Amino acid sequence: MSFFSDISAIQNIVYIFSSILFISGIKMLGKEDTAVRGNFLSASAMFIAVAVTIINVVNPIIVLIGVSIGAVIGSLIALRVKMTSIPEMVALFNGFGGLATFFIAWSEFNAIPDNVFQFIVIMLTTYIGGVTFSGSIIAYGKLSEKLKVKKDSFVTKIFTTFFYASILFLVYSIGFTEIIELPINFYTVLLILTLLGGIGFVIPIGGGDMPVVISLLNSFSGIAAAFAGLLLLNNVLIVAGSLVGASGLILTIIMAKAMNRSIGNILFVGYASSSSSSGSQETGEVKPINVADAYLILENASSVLVIPGYGMAVAQAQHVVRELGELLEENGTEVKYGIHPVAGRMPGHMNVLLAEANVPYDVLVEPDDVNPSMDTVDVAIVIGANDVVNPSATEEPGSPIYGMPIIEVHNARTVFVLKRSMSAGFAGVQNPLFFKQNTRMLFGDAKESIGGLVSEFKE
Amino acid sequence: MEVYVLLGFVLILSIYLGLELISKVPSTLHTPLMSGANAISGIALVGALVLSTNSQLQEILALLAITFASINVFGGYLVTNRMLKMFKKK
Repeated sequence: MSFFSDISAIQNIVYIFSSILFISGIKMLGKEDTAVRGNFLSASAMFIAVAVTIINVVNPIIVLIGVSIGAVIGSLIALRVKMTSIPEMVALFNGFGGLATFFIAWSEFNAIPDNVFQFIVIMLTTYIGGVTFSGSIIAYGKLSEKLKVKKDSFVTKIFTTFFYASILFLVYSIGFTEIIELPINFYTVLLILTLLGGIGFVIPIGGGDMPVVISLLNSFSGIAAAFAGLLLLNNVLIVAGSLVGASGLILTIIMAKAMNRSIGNILFVGYASSSSSSGSQETGEVKPINVADAYLILENASSVLVIPGYGMAVAQAQHVVRELGELLEENGTEVKYGIHPVAGRMPGHMNVLLAEANVPYDVLVEPDDVNPSMDTVDVAIVIGANDVVNPSATEEPGSPIYGMPIIEVHNARTVFVLKRSMSAGFAGVQNPLFFKQNTRMLFGDAKESIGGLVSEFKE
Repeated sequence: MEVYVLLGFVLILSIYLGLELISKVPSTLHTPLMSGANAISGIALVGALVLSTNSQLQEILALLAITFASINVFGGYLVTNRMLKMFKKK
């Protein structure tokens, strides 16, 4: 007997090598200078693992058809999608990963599990994979604004009920199928309830909390793959899946911390029930400003901080924002961008938009870097951000967002707030920033307002 | 049973390793990290490739699993790469 005559031994050794590449890849993906190489390394790891598995597949035709269709569809979506639609694209791909593990578990159930442990893992993989899939599809719908369901609507209540029912049924499927027998096949019920439950898991969660949900679903898709690895006794699935599970979890925690809320509160409570005690009364009056006056102030400013929010994404204003930034710099003004971790609808949303508009990433600063020196900022321009600059978070212990780390623009010399109307932000809290002495409201569409400033500068 | 204990051990160690490796990520990379990690979760493709195809149902399930995992892999890596290429230093 020769060691290498055993093909599965070779495969397992290659899997170990591939795991090492995945580990180095994801590590490099966490640093700006090495991120591109990290992604390439992890892609090579994937290629190696898949290639060595294909050597002895049972049914090459199915593999060929499946991989070809997947490659064409995946590449088309990835190369055609607009950079502004990245959040929903990530959600969609994430869902497909979950769906694949859902099918794996389903297939393994039909291969008839040979021990209790395997049976339990099948149930768990089915559940996590299925919830990841249907949950991600709902997240996709919400992010692309194709799906609009109110939190307190009847539909939401029904699906939320399905979510809790699905958890109970999962527990039943794991341990009680032999004690209490159902007249129908319990696994079929589990498959359906799981998919409905995933919908119910995400549907009540509001847009501003999406960064947390997306990170969590990302983590789930990894955990589902790791469980599929336990099921198929495959070490590379376990290692790669766990890495994804861990990275998703870290992002989830970062996002929750940036909102100063627990993950449980975000998922199951939301702002609606905690914000019953209304915030501050309006003090002072709102001082509107027009483009021409705003231009005069900006022209004399020596440092400007731009704080983008979801409103910038909606108005698609990132390109004019970059143009204004460049004109200000030509005028001798120092321009920085203050990015709050939960600004937008996914982790790093603003960074992607600004990168798309060619804003270099080293002028993007985080709240901790910019808050201590805020009093030296001449003008802070808030573009479609609201809760992340709400001073109630530091000044008003009764406020629902009290304790949330914010970008403290109210300490800047002058604040411009670009906004369509006086409506409250996602948290439903009135923003005292709008009534401060040093705040000027520039009402209207962000893209038009900034465009106006740009043409003033050019004249 | 022993093999499960061993693989469970691998699972725990890998999660711990992942948490240590990525604990401090600059916010610029939040989206690419998520999208890149998402592509990695397409490793389910390896699992889908080894599924047995003894019945028609299993054949269909294997085909679907392979297809969707492939979309995740190809789409995930390409979109991550496209995104990372946009990030420029001054």
